[in-house]
Amino acid sequence: MPEAKLMTGNEAIALAAYHAGALFASAYPGTPSTEVLEEFSRFEGVYAEWAPNEKVALEATIGASLGGVRSLAAMKHVGLNVAADPWFTLPYIGVGGGLVVVNADDPGMHSSQNEQDNRYYAKAAKVPMLEPADSQEAYDLTREAYRMSESHDTPVMIRVTTRVCHSRSLVVPSEPAPRATVPYEKNEVKRVMIPGHARLRHPVMVKRLAELEELSNDFAFQREERGAGDAVVVTSGVAYQYVKEAFPGVSILKLAMTNPLPRRLIAEFCEQFKDVYVVEELEPYLEEAVAGLGLYPLGKERVPRVGELNVDNVRESFPELAAATGASAPMHIAHVEGLPARPPILCAGCPHRGIMYSLARLKAIIAGDIGCYTLSVLPPLSAHDCQVCMGASITMGHGLEKALELAAEEGEDAGSHRVVSVLGDSTFFHSGVTGLMEMAYNNGRFTVVILDNRTTAMTGFQDHPGTGVTLQHSETVSVDMEMLARSIGIENVVVVDPYDLEECKRVLSEEMNRDAPSVVISRRPCVLRDKSSRRAALAVSREECNECGLCMGLACPALVKRGEEVMILEDACTGCGVCAQVCRREAIRA
Amino acid sequence: MVLAGVGGQGTILAANILANALLAHGYDVKTSEVHGMAQRGGSVISMVRFGSAVASPLVPFGEAEALVVTELLETLRNIEFLAPGGRVIASRTRVDPLPVLQGAEEYPPDAEERIMKIAPGSIVVDAAAIATEAGDARAANTVLLGILSPLLPVGEEEWLATIEKLFKAKALDANRNAFLAGRKIAGENA
Repeated sequence: MPEAKLMTGNEAIALAAYHAGALFASAYPGTPSTEVLEEFSRFEGVYAEWAPNEKVALEATIGASLGGVRSLAAMKHVGLNVAADPWFTLPYIGVGGGLVVVNADDPGMHSSQNEQDNRYYAKAAKVPMLEPADSQEAYDLTREAYRMSESHDTPVMIRVTTRVCHSRSLVVPSEPAPRATVPYEKNEVKRVMIPGHARLRHPVMVKRLAELEELSNDFAFQREERGAGDAVVVTSGVAYQYVKEAFPGVSILKLAMTNPLPRRLIAEFCEQFKDVYVVEELEPYLEEAVAGLGLYPLGKERVPRVGELNVDNVRESFPELAAATGASAPMHIAHVEGLPARPPILCAGCPHRGIMYSLARLKAIIAGDIGCYTLSVLPPLSAHDCQVCMGASITMGHGLEKALELAAEEGEDAGSHRVVSVLGDSTFFHSGVTGLMEMAYNNGRFTVVILDNRTTAMTGFQDHPGTGVTLQHSETVSVDMEMLARSIGIENVVVVDPYDLEECKRVLSEEMNRDAPSVVISRRPCVLRDKSSRRAALAVSREECNECGLCMGLACPALVKRGEEVMILEDACTGCGVCAQVCRREAIRA
Repeated sequence: MVLAGVGGQGTILAANILANALLAHGYDVKTSEVHGMAQRGGSVISMVRFGSAVASPLVPFGEAEALVVTELLETLRNIEFLAPGGRVIASRTRVDPLPVLQGAEEYPPDAEERIMKIAPGSIVVDAAAIATEAGDARAANTVLLGILSPLLPVGEEEWLATIEKLFKAKALDANRNAFLAGRKIAGENA
């Protein structure tokens, strides 16, 4: 028997895909899904890539599947919004080699802008969905997903959450499947979705869904746990683990296949109990189905719909169940009130700091984006006005500028020239390029700042189309951002060094006041990733410093105020010199 | 057990060592960790649970046998996880969060005293200095694991084998020394 190994859910999914014979994987990095591809890419003989965005990743994966190879796409929940277009038509086409989409939701928003529940995406697209509750299930269900994908000619979603992706538990892998490819065949009626063909395919999907529901009713991983008492808890995913601990010995119907839901199984099991409870994270997805069967479950009336679940809040949701199962919350030390919060901040020496500071000083109206730089929204930098999703900085900035122009004509002049869109290099390649075309084509005249730190920093330093290196470490071409912007029709493209505040201020001020579209590329590698930017630490001269606090406006973790005295933490300082340029008394020196 | 600190201090790796050592000893183990945005200097927390069979990867309040923290403020922030009779093992390290850097809020000046008062028997050491002496300031976490180690039914050999497995050759000596230095301190405090 193979040795049990401690693995994260992401590692287990990658290993299972490899053991299932998957040879192709594509993704755009996104917490908490990133490591699925990183782990998969290390296996012998596989092809794995970072795609510019999730839509591209899924489409490439569809191509690989049609080419006859078992394949995988991975993304975070909001990534599936980007990939939603292929997602909804892929099930019409079906698969060649087995196709699995790993979708990682982030309840509690550890590293996300929302906490949407993507189980509804599986239901809406008629795609079967499997929900692991730990790493062993992540492994087993991914293996099942490939079997199901090929036996039923359908993509399969593995729906995980942060606590499955980033929890470690024991995994005993099973025997790897022999690698097999499906011969390529031309079948345009099945694979070219003109309306006439799609009308033929949709009924096939409906029939398939009925067959999958039968499979779901009999699926070996749907677990009926018969305990004491006259109550049953219906649950899925990591919530199952909390139920086990909150209500020890209670009867549980733990669902692993949650689309299509096993209605016969749910009805037959739950009808044996007086009270039916549903415990699930985020939306009442299971609860709606259970209620639809006339079982009158108790769920989101009590269980939080917002944030993550845990043993404590599950237990508190149903005190009657806790009492019936003899469970009680342990006594614990009271929360210590009044402690200063510790939000994440830009690192010491972060190249985003200088340029965001300059923009704030110029009173720019900043349409921001998704990346480390979003952290500059916090005071004292306060350098963001709006932000919604990947790539939206340029497009929102475009609308914002047009609106401020229209408003100015109505007599309300907020200064449309102040609009600046800010996004990172990886985000620019992800979905900023189309926005740049919008700006050029539709006569936008605002300024776009691309924070080019040569990596995808927030998710842990992944390469992208601008770095010249692939996921599997081979050298490749890199996009020339300046030429790309010019070819789109932006004539004013300037590169600045964000460590040079004078230059940042001059260039930004020029470009913001220009009656034409501009792209400013703020270029310096991430100081965590590339140590070459590091210089000797600076120090504050006690004689020169008058404790004015200007430098504190940079929110640098290397600059601290102790009493009235400002000092630089030698271990933290990377010598970027931005604070020295802010100081009017030349009190900060090497 | 709950391990906490500030993003970038190596909490995830420390939790992984702990988990693997417990696994090598034959326990069922589950861990939980935080990736992504919180790692940029924010509060971070990792959890390790072990036993004959573990369900939840998250430790409920009041159930941590040990709270191992690389920073004083984060120790106070997470103290409600500590089980009655549980042990705090913390580093006398102060990392100012943004509001304190800015002078808007005060870093609790009596953080260590408060920890000792809330959880008598806590062991608070200057882990960074001990780690520096062991060869690498970044091994502070490993010092704390060394202090924790006698509280767990895992033998010294198993600990060292796990450390050997998880550290790259370059960092191995410093971390082995750091672990042993911590273990020695625990002996003195026993």
